[in-house]
Amino acid sequence: MSTPAPADLLYSETEDQLRTAVRSLLADHCAATAVLARIASGHPHDTETWKTLAGEMGLAGLLVPERLGGQGASHREAAVVLEELGRAVAPVPYLTSAVIATETLLGCPVDAPEVAAPLEALASGRTIGAVAVPSATAPDGTYPRARREGDGRLYGRIAAVADAGAADVLLVPADDGLYAVATDQDGVTVLPRTSLDLTRPVADVVLDGALAPQALTTETAVAVRRGLLAGAGLLASEQLGLADWCLTEAVAHTRQRHQFNRPVGSFQALKHRLAELWLAVAGVRAAARNAADALATGSAEAPLAVALAQSYSAPVAVRAAEEALQLHGGIGMTWEHPVHLYLKRAKSDSIALGTAGRHREKLAELVNLRFENR
Amino acid sequence: MTDATALRRRTQDLLRAHPPADTDRADFLRARFDAGLAWVHYPEGLGGLGAPRALQAVVDAELEAAGAPDNDPRRIGIGLGMAAPTVLAYGTEEQKRRWLRPLWTGDEVWCQLFSEPGAGSDLAALGTRAIRDGDSWVVNGQKVWTSSAHTARWAILIARTDPDLPKHRGISYFVCDMTDPGVQVRPLRQITGEAEFNEVFLTDVRIPDTHRLGDVGDGWKVAQTTLMNERVAIGGMRLPREGGMIAPVAETWRSRPELRTHDLHQRLLGLWVEAEVARLTGERLRQQLAQGQPGPEGSGMKLTFARLNQQISGLEVELLGDEGLLYDDWTMRRPEIVDFTGREAGYRYLRSKGNSIEGGTSEVLLNIVAERVLGLPSEPRTDKDIAWKDLAR
Ligand SMILES: Cc1cc2nc3c(=O)[nH]c(=O)nc-3n(C[C@H](O)[C@H](O)[C@H](O)COP(=O)(O)OP(=O)(O)OC[C@H]3O[C@@H](n4cnc5c(N)ncnc54)[C@H](O)[C@@H]3O)c2cc1C
Repeated sequence: MSTPAPADLLYSETEDQLRTAVRSLLADHCAATAVLARIASGHPHDTETWKTLAGEMGLAGLLVPERLGGQGASHREAAVVLEELGRAVAPVPYLTSAVIATETLLGCPVDAPEVAAPLEALASGRTIGAVAVPSATAPDGTYPRARREGDGRLYGRIAAVADAGAADVLLVPADDGLYAVATDQDGVTVLPRTSLDLTRPVADVVLDGALAPQALTTETAVAVRRGLLAGAGLLASEQLGLADWCLTEAVAHTRQRHQFNRPVGSFQALKHRLAELWLAVAGVRAAARNAADALATGSAEAPLAVALAQSYSAPVAVRAAEEALQLHGGIGMTWEHPVHLYLKRAKSDSIALGTAGRHREKLAELVNLRFENR
Repeated sequence: MTDATALRRRTQDLLRAHPPADTDRADFLRARFDAGLAWVHYPEGLGGLGAPRALQAVVDAELEAAGAPDNDPRRIGIGLGMAAPTVLAYGTEEQKRRWLRPLWTGDEVWCQLFSEPGAGSDLAALGTRAIRDGDSWVVNGQKVWTSSAHTARWAILIARTDPDLPKHRGISYFVCDMTDPGVQVRPLRQITGEAEFNEVFLTDVRIPDTHRLGDVGDGWKVAQTTLMNERVAIGGMRLPREGGMIAPVAETWRSRPELRTHDLHQRLLGLWVEAEVARLTGERLRQQLAQGQPGPEGSGMKLTFARLNQQISGLEVELLGDEGLLYDDWTMRRPEIVDFTGREAGYRYLRSKGNSIEGGTSEVLLNIVAERVLGLPSEPRTDKDIAWKDLAR
């Protein structure tokens, strides 16, 4: 078993500054009360915050080289943005558009104009993209492909696509290539579904003769795998931010809530649970930084680092949200308190991009610990 | 003099002056200490060069490549991990010069006389008495669970010097000569069959006042330095991927398909993931330390490794099936070396049970994380402000 040179697991000064900027934007525009109010309005996506984050701050283009219209940064910085978005359960399509769709386009021949144009549009934040595969698809999982008929039109139905309701353009895997399809064109219907996750809802995509004259690539599987791998790796950073918020809130609440003439946080039964959770969150931080660094450096270790991060992080994020709810008592059960938004996101995240179990199977393959010998 | 290139050159000079192939092991280690390459972050003249701690790796790599002997840290773990940092922090110049060199070279083994039958997790309740008599102290009491007492030349010792004060305040910290005729060491056999640890009876042991570390009555504060370093030492070793307890289990899985079941497979993968994440967490901690920003993760590593060692070795015994029913050797021995991962699966399973007890139990460490890292309130206490002699026991 070879040990890779250790990844840089810390945060650089630039990354810390980026975090501060994103956090203060979200504190001003995306507080929990605002998120809850938006959900009641029936328009879950926060387009205002997205415009500032993606457009003015230029964060939608972090993964895109400057010559292609992006910021030429890396997965390390995008991971920090996602930590903060997870901490705020912000309803913006960053993971789906600025990471998965963008990275999928980067896996296509980027100098061809039909790829360069949507890539530049996504990087600028003007356009929101989504890859039309079910949210639960693991990096090397299978997914349905649309049928492209002789008339150059697409037909098919793809269920449970994350953030499709916010997308301007869908990247559709079809039987003969990957196609960019605008959501406002004829023959494309996006049907929002009532979703467990209120802040990253899923929608079904129905293609009934959508015109798709030119493929982005015929190497569909390669491009989509690249997008989903980056998505799964950086999802761990979102889970980190989410879990860290839950831990911090649970600690804050149990410190000030008094019962039996003392803070409930002084009862050892709770202290030990919170200390154990803190240990687990420290593990998520190491695993998430490791995955982000492996993706950023294009390391051959990336598939292993991503599988490791997803095997570990998803269950911890769910546990953090469940613990935070329980330790708030009755308040935790109310619609008014934001902890349910975190629980719903954490649980949905544990399915998105492959469950922990799937990622463990992948790991078994990568480190030669399969059940069956090959 | 503190950058990697200079250290590499200095190490090469040492190797040239004392070629490992034809230098006596002890002589080489002494020369290495005198060259300041023992622990580069220690001060000059005390085995170091005042260099950043992270640069030790540069020296170690050069020496390993040259086949130089090391000081066998497993034999002298308590000296290196606990006594040395305490002597460095609280010792006088003379004490540092007397003790640190033979401690590091392994010429003198150290042990830790802290725990007592009546004072374990509540260490500050200890009752071993030290009474001043002219230029020295006369010590009487009983210590227990003392690892390496049978090989040790010196001990770090805490004893009560004022029973009328509350328990944390009447303690002083000493270095005890284990060859004193009043020190009696008896082995305590462990569940593994052997006796790493001992009970130690102290009867009119005389300790010169020049062997006191820190002020009279300040022993609890001094002991905190020892205990903090103990936990870092236990949790903080650098491992390769699939190093430590997971290695033999993974190897058995690969080489013995006939032992596989689906249940074992799922548990193995879960523990492999946890072991690798723990390794990365430790690596992250080391990177923080190297940048001079120690993170609170340090307090957690020992907890994580204790749990993982126990779960992984437990799984290994099960995986082995029929062979899991066997044990390599129950002979009562008094080992010189403590190696958690050595020997067979059954030994690992039994020895790792101690990982959540030695150096502070996991329950106590969770209290520490909850209070010091998370800032949760302590439990209401009744023991802090009353004289030690009036405590319930
Ligand atoms: C292999 C081994 C080697 C050792 N080597 C040394 C050595 O070299 N030198 C030395 O001085 N000591 C040594 N020790 C002793 C060790 O430090 C003590 O055993 C340990 O601190 C626990 O003390 P105790 O055994 O008295 O257990 P107790 O303190 O009596 O604990 C009993 C149980 O109560 C729990 N408990 C106690 N207080 C609390 C609390 N506040 N909250 C929740 N639970 C609590 C404990 O976690 C434990 O489960 C060694 C121990 C072992 C197992």
